[in-house]
Amino acid sequence: MNTPPPSPLTDTELHALVDGQLSATERAAAEARLAQDPTARDTLARWMQQRDRLRSLHADVLAEPIPSSLLAAAQQTVGAQQRWQQWSRLGGMAAGVVLAFGAGWLANTAWQTQGAGRLAAQATPASEFVRQARFAYTVYSPEVRHPVEVAAAERDHLVQWLSKRLGKPLKVPNLAPQGYGLVGGRLLPGESGARAQFMFQNARGTRVTLYLGAMDGHAAAPASQETAFRFASDGGVPSFYWVDQGFGYALSGPLDRATLMQLADTVYRQLL
Amino acid sequence: MDRSDLIAQIPGLRRYARVLTGNAWAADDLVQDTLERACAKWRLWTVGSDLRAWLFTLMHNLFASDVRRALRRQPHGGTVDVDEVAHLLGAPDDATALGLDLQRCLMRLPEEQRVVLLLVCLEDMAYADVARITGTPIGTVMSRLSRARSRLQQLLDAPAVVPAEHAADRTPTLRRLK
Repeated sequence: MNTPPPSPLTDTELHALVDGQLSATERAAAEARLAQDPTARDTLARWMQQRDRLRSLHADVLAEPIPSSLLAAAQQTVGAQQRWQQWSRLGGMAAGVVLAFGAGWLANTAWQTQGAGRLAAQATPASEFVRQARFAYTVYSPEVRHPVEVAAAERDHLVQWLSKRLGKPLKVPNLAPQGYGLVGGRLLPGESGARAQFMFQNARGTRVTLYLGAMDGHAAAPASQETAFRFASDGGVPSFYWVDQGFGYALSGPLDRATLMQLADTVYRQLL
Repeated sequence: MDRSDLIAQIPGLRRYARVLTGNAWAADDLVQDTLERACAKWRLWTVGSDLRAWLFTLMHNLFASDVRRALRRQPHGGTVDVDEVAHLLGAPDDATALGLDLQRCLMRLPEEQRVVLLLVCLEDMAYADVARITGTPIGTVMSRLSRARSRLQQLLDAPAVVPAEHAADRTPTLRRLK
């Protein structure tokens, strides 16, 4: 009748029991042996309690809204992958050639007045600027509850705050004649300083954003800090962008090129 | 990789980093660095494989190299970074004394034990996955888990090491830096 006493549970078995990493059969066997093993039962109870306490630690963080800087970083990762997928569809070699040609052409037209040796280095700030503007549009324009940090109702406060953070008196363009009212604005991080985003919306709910801030890497050449209007639309929200007195502006929105150009022109004239 | 898949991972990463570092700012910095690393290295992630495990691996490597750097920086224990002693001060957003105490005890575990304990308890990771993420044999994972659980229990059962009034008069000076 007497069965030999079961062997005591090993540490590894106890851990697996606490962490639910045993199969049903293993679990049943371990529990049967546990009945004969008060020391193991005691350890098990304490580890279970410890595990429960750990799981409740900072559980509130799980429900917190995600900080915008982290959303933007996630967006960049997804964007990097999607851009690569677009290029890879064109085929490896062809993509490389197109990319090199495109970058060279962009650099050439954008910075004709610069010395040839500086082309590669100079191509980055403006294209980087508009890339960030379009990311910011993609991240914030779909927001229903928090599209902006400061709403249009506090317009004076908004302008004052963003002017202070960007180190330049800002003006909010009036786009009411074009049917767009101000929703509000927010502060965003740029490569080397703060950027601001103003959001506008028309009666149909279409949103456009004006993204602005000091250009990176331009401190050394104050005289050549202007560019003509440029258009960016490859695989994302269309944007018109320009640089004026070392300050970059990008107007982004899901509009056709002519309409967006008109809006950008309005903004440009009002901010002169 | 879908945008929503990646964003869905962020709350879990933030919470894990929060418990791991014991500091809200350090935690979000670590998550930010992890996402940036993911942006630079996403080609190494194969579509269809476990995105969460991959992100935790990136985060683990960043955390481990941060710890190594911190150790190199203060070989004689001469200077103390406010982030590294934050767990002694009690962050103002900690809800309960119990949570505070647990976090404080957790920070006194060697970081390789803390990592294993948290991946298993908070993230429900299989032991084999923890071994892959931390780049250690599974036997090492199990012995770290054992030591972490025993040591944490000892610390929790022992009276608080930092007297409350001592922590209280250090708090105002150091809080301003946060």
